[in-house]
Amino acid sequence: MDYAANLAMTLPELVLALGAIALMLVAAWGGPAATRAVSWTAVAVLAGACIALTGPASSGGSAFYGMYRADAFAAFAKVLIYAAAAVSIIMAPDFFKRTAGDNLRPEYPVLILLSACGMGIMVSASDLLMLYVGLELQSLAAYVLASFMRQDTRSAEAGLKYFVLGALASGILLYGISLVYGFTGSTLFDEVAGAYAAAPLTGNGKAIGLLFGLVFVFAGLAFKMSAVPFHMWTPDVYEGAPTPVTGFFASAPKVAAMALGVRVAVEAMGPAHDQWRQIVIFAALASILLGAVAAIGQQNIKRLLAYSSINNVGFALIGLAAGTPEGVASVMTYMAIYIVMTLGSFLVVLQMRDEDGQPVETIASLAGLSRSRPGLAAALAMFMFSLAGIPPLFGFYAKFAVFYAAVEAGLFPLAVVGIAMSVIGAYYYLRIVKTMYFDEPAAPYGRGDAVEGGLIAVAAVIISPLGYLLIPALTAWTLAAANSLF
Amino acid sequence: MSFPILSLMLAIPAVAAVACLFLSASAARWTALAATLIDLALGVVLWTSFDVGGAQWQFVEYAPVFGRFAWALGIDGYALLLIALSVFLMPICIGASWQAIEKRVPEYMAAFLLTEVLMIGTFAAQDLFLFYIFFEAGLIPMFLIIGIWGGVNRIYASYKFFLYTLLGSLLMFIAMLYMSITAGTTSIPVLLNYDFPPQVQTWLWLAFFASFAVKMPMWPVHTWLPDAHVQAPTAGSVILAGVLLKLGGYGFLRFSLPMFPEASASLVWLVFGLSAVAVIYTSLVALVQSDMKKLIAYSSVAHMAIVTIGLFAFNAQGIEGAMMVMLGHGLVSGALFLCVGVIYDRLHTREISRYGGLAINMPRYAILFLLFTMASIGLPGTSNFVGELLSLMGTYKVSTTIALLCTTGIILGAAYMLYLYRRVVWGEITSEEVRAMPDLSARELWLLVPIAAAVLWMGVYPESFLAPMRKDTQILLARIERARPAGDSRPTKGTGIVPAAHAETPATGHEAPGSAH
Repeated sequence: MDYAANLAMTLPELVLALGAIALMLVAAWGGPAATRAVSWTAVAVLAGACIALTGPASSGGSAFYGMYRADAFAAFAKVLIYAAAAVSIIMAPDFFKRTAGDNLRPEYPVLILLSACGMGIMVSASDLLMLYVGLELQSLAAYVLASFMRQDTRSAEAGLKYFVLGALASGILLYGISLVYGFTGSTLFDEVAGAYAAAPLTGNGKAIGLLFGLVFVFAGLAFKMSAVPFHMWTPDVYEGAPTPVTGFFASAPKVAAMALGVRVAVEAMGPAHDQWRQIVIFAALASILLGAVAAIGQQNIKRLLAYSSINNVGFALIGLAAGTPEGVASVMTYMAIYIVMTLGSFLVVLQMRDEDGQPVETIASLAGLSRSRPGLAAALAMFMFSLAGIPPLFGFYAKFAVFYAAVEAGLFPLAVVGIAMSVIGAYYYLRIVKTMYFDEPAAPYGRGDAVEGGLIAVAAVIISPLGYLLIPALTAWTLAAANSLF
Repeated sequence: MSFPILSLMLAIPAVAAVACLFLSASAARWTALAATLIDLALGVVLWTSFDVGGAQWQFVEYAPVFGRFAWALGIDGYALLLIALSVFLMPICIGASWQAIEKRVPEYMAAFLLTEVLMIGTFAAQDLFLFYIFFEAGLIPMFLIIGIWGGVNRIYASYKFFLYTLLGSLLMFIAMLYMSITAGTTSIPVLLNYDFPPQVQTWLWLAFFASFAVKMPMWPVHTWLPDAHVQAPTAGSVILAGVLLKLGGYGFLRFSLPMFPEASASLVWLVFGLSAVAVIYTSLVALVQSDMKKLIAYSSVAHMAIVTIGLFAFNAQGIEGAMMVMLGHGLVSGALFLCVGVIYDRLHTREISRYGGLAINMPRYAILFLLFTMASIGLPGTSNFVGELLSLMGTYKVSTTIALLCTTGIILGAAYMLYLYRRVVWGEITSEEVRAMPDLSARELWLLVPIAAAVLWMGVYPESFLAPMRKDTQILLARIERARPAGDSRPTKGTGIVPAAHAETPATGHEAPGSAH
């Protein structure tokens, strides 16, 4: 295969990488004055990458000697990632403009573009080292983004914490990759899968090495997904990072990590299905439980949303535990609906500012929001009920899809325990609704930005019952994506 | 496809609910009233054009717009009656809130209209998951109604209501997933004739039971109900007791019995046992209440137990009786909550001891309250008599003991209701503030008199209400006949009264075989 065909399949990454480099030059010469132009150009670059997906990038198959896969699955994940990245760029200027101290700089959109490029490589990787390179590109950009407010100690702390723990996780992942390579003799997903299929996974010797490799790889991936027991960094980083960055962390990298996990589980370790299923089931139930219980006592809305994201990752993993094409499709459905709810919630959090425009993060400050800002309160209430999975909101369908897959695969105890624990989760989502609707009003918030208001409205309409009309399209698309893995 | 009247009945309150949010308080009131009255009119059209004895499912609509499940609506006789009950009570609820609700009126009206949409949708849904969505979504507006406009302890009550019912429904949800995967369809009419293996049925039955028993509510998971009722605003209590409690009974009728007949039969002891405890225990608890709403709430639990024993009697009397109790209780308990609301609006307390002697200065109120008290007791000529008699007769055929135990509930019911009435309405007026209370206003008469008329209609000519469901009961019985548990009653024909003049003539071949020897 010639280089032109290979490069055509990686066109979205090329667009992003070249766009990011070009914009970095603009940023270097233009300085802070160019921020606005760079931001909107970055959004345009993301849109261009989306358009680039329509060609061979979504259906080309293998590129670069099997290291890179351009299929419908990667394309679906990339659409979600690019959309989330674009929203994260759009919601930043207003936040930084009003926040005392740090201003938005043109590096912000550039870093998001680089991170998006890394995530694109993650979801397309079909080689363990390719996977690692994509992951590191995404992570390094993310570490810098977390500490973007240089004068804010919490932001610096978040960046440092994320970096140290992220490096540890990368080490664990790399160790797992080295074990897998050592015992299978290859880093290509197809050959790894062949080695897992050939070796009996019980007994000793080689089998133990393969299992250890599998466990370490999944541990490293669980860190990126922030699944329990590798979730510890999430609340601190989410709390400390600037809110638009937190919104970004909670959406795009989650999709990328989840898609990557799915691809590794199905393509590279598909024959070891019974082995990784145990890990996934444990991580799913532990994430649901811990995400729900630990969120109850939180006073800070960003920490609460961090636990909420842990909780939601648990539900998405239930779909992966099923291990069927329907299960994979349900994971992608879940992530698609999840990023709408999460970005919507963070957009509302961005509106939480006192009269001077300084951000407020306590849940108590939401008290009586339904009287001072009825529209905003209604939107956040919808996001909360939707995250809790209460019909008729669209979040219910996300849960429907994953539990459908789990029941179809015969995992009844997992389904019953998982759904019963979602009641605990409902409790803390209700607490937000209660604070907004039942409590006496606190000090009102200042007015927000029209663009953000529009985005909140769009997100609210998607997760309203009208969203159910999207189901046929979403089902067809996610199933096509899932089938390209099997 | 014929005119989609059911979708229209759902669309009108839904559109009105959204519109209310953008209107002023008084415009929202009128919009809500207009929307509920239009729905009532459509309900009348629905009933009059319902072909009694015709096709099992009528007004069927089907649009597979959701991929995994469909927008499928359609009603049979049971659903028709319960929809009629919902649309009948709804304008009354709006009227009851006309002056009592002063703050955040547009949101209140929107929440009520949304509740109406979800109630009608639950009864009309013909798709498993559409049913679930309507069934479960009802939690959201009710949570807000109790939490925003409720009494002092409203937040605790709203949480308890929400989480209790949510936990029950989620187990049902898993069971529904299993059913749709195994049977390969989400259509309720198809699933009604699908035979699940008996051992699977038991698990599915228990999962549905977890949901419906909480909703019903059955002892011992009834504890959310008194809290929710006491804290909810008057109209919230009316809709809760009047319609939302019926969802549990409707669920047993629509899902548990026809879909899992074997499991239903083998677990009759559980239902009967819990119901018998509920009747006696909650009636005794009702006797000692000092809060009027709590007393009526406990009486609701007792009445709902009569519904469950009737449903699981596996015979026509029991099932039709249970439906009649549901309808009658919907009207009567709704009316009783309105009666409490009337005097609460005047004195702002529900303590029984603060009242007394209302017959002296509120004669019209006293008469209507008396009628509803008697109906609640089950006096012949009122709606509840018909239902309770049929339900207990049906039960008697299956279990004399349970029928005996549950019939004591009627005696205890008379005790607590008459005791309540004596303390509130009779006696001398003891306080000046009670003396100053005016009699019913025209608005309040408009709320109570239609219910009174319906209660008497049901009591005097129940055929109007029995006719639409007769055919459905036959279909249901044919379906569950194979699993019908044997009763412990042994009805034997007697020898008949022998006329005195022919006393010496030996009895001949007209007697029953059992007494031939």
